[in-house]
Amino acid sequence: MDQAVRQESVPEQSHGEHSAPRATGHASGHAGEHAEGQQHPIKLYLWVWVLLFVFSAFSYLVDYLQLQGALRWTLILVFMFLKASVIVAVFMHMAWERLALKLAILVPPLALLVLIALMAIEGDYTFLTRLASFVN
Amino acid sequence: MSNNPTTLEPGFRGVAADWSADKQAFPVPWGKAMMWIFLLSDTFIFTCFLTSYMNVRMSTLDTWPNPSEVFALTVAGQHIPLLLIAIMTMVLITSSGTMAMAVNFGYRRDRKRTALLMFATAALGLAFVGMQAFEWTKLIVEEGVRPWGNPMGAAQFGSAFFMITGFHGLHVSGGVVYLTVVAWRVLSGFYDRKGTYETVEIAGLYWHFVDLVWVFIFAFFYLW
Repeated sequence: MDQAVRQESVPEQSHGEHSAPRATGHASGHAGEHAEGQQHPIKLYLWVWVLLFVFSAFSYLVDYLQLQGALRWTLILVFMFLKASVIVAVFMHMAWERLALKLAILVPPLALLVLIALMAIEGDYTFLTRLASFVN
Repeated sequence: MSNNPTTLEPGFRGVAADWSADKQAFPVPWGKAMMWIFLLSDTFIFTCFLTSYMNVRMSTLDTWPNPSEVFALTVAGQHIPLLLIAIMTMVLITSSGTMAMAVNFGYRRDRKRTALLMFATAALGLAFVGMQAFEWTKLIVEEGVRPWGNPMGAAQFGSAFFMITGFHGLHVSGGVVYLTVVAWRVLSGFYDRKGTYETVEIAGLYWHFVDLVWVFIFAFFYLW
């Protein structure tokens, strides 16, 4: 697996020919003269696939076993983040992209945490207001 | 051309010169960078939906219908919670796996395998939409869930459910069309003539994102 995670060379910037073959390394075993783009061993994808199945099965079990309270929410979030991470990192190839692209795509969503926090406070406030006004 | 700020053109001419300059920030095909930026904007849209769902669920005085029971299926006399949703999740994950391998075979210039795996991905996507249609029908006809109310509890359940899963279902449907078109072009040798298979990877990014969104919907709507 480490063979796949290593990025030996950065895709060269193509100036004229748009389709200039880009060498991304770690494809030496099978790519031959057509080494281009994101090539990783099929085995890696199958591993991630199995991993996603296992994580999904676990998060389904959380409901099936009717776990409740803090344990339920923690497990749901943990499996959710694990699944989301491997999809973005391996299936979407983010792990092998340049840092500039990683930052451009992964940092802006952090602003959404502020939105979620604000809306949680607002929802709580609305709930308390309704409780005070509509329940005797 | 130098990048020294003192020698660059000032004012709006400078803005135009900077933005139209022959500079490339991301060393990836432009289509891929644009797809990532589109997916980033889509992230914001889906987060807005999920956040509004969180807000109405937190603020309602009525009890929220228990998704575990609402989405349960009775198979062979056995009452199994969330069965259909679990199957839908597996189908979508499988389609993501076949798509990832299609990208791989695309870059190896294996036309047949790439197209086959992409058609398989589209077929799995179609199966997902089919199951979702079944789920919606069951909910509307049998359980009487409407966007403005339902017999089980908080009225907001219906609107949140239809909005979120409907928008996701539209993404899957659009993805099926997208993948079918690209797979057809792979088969016809279009990308061999073009000289690059990057379009397959770009289509793959879209498809994995659809799977990614489902991970969050599954966690927050069905399991929470």
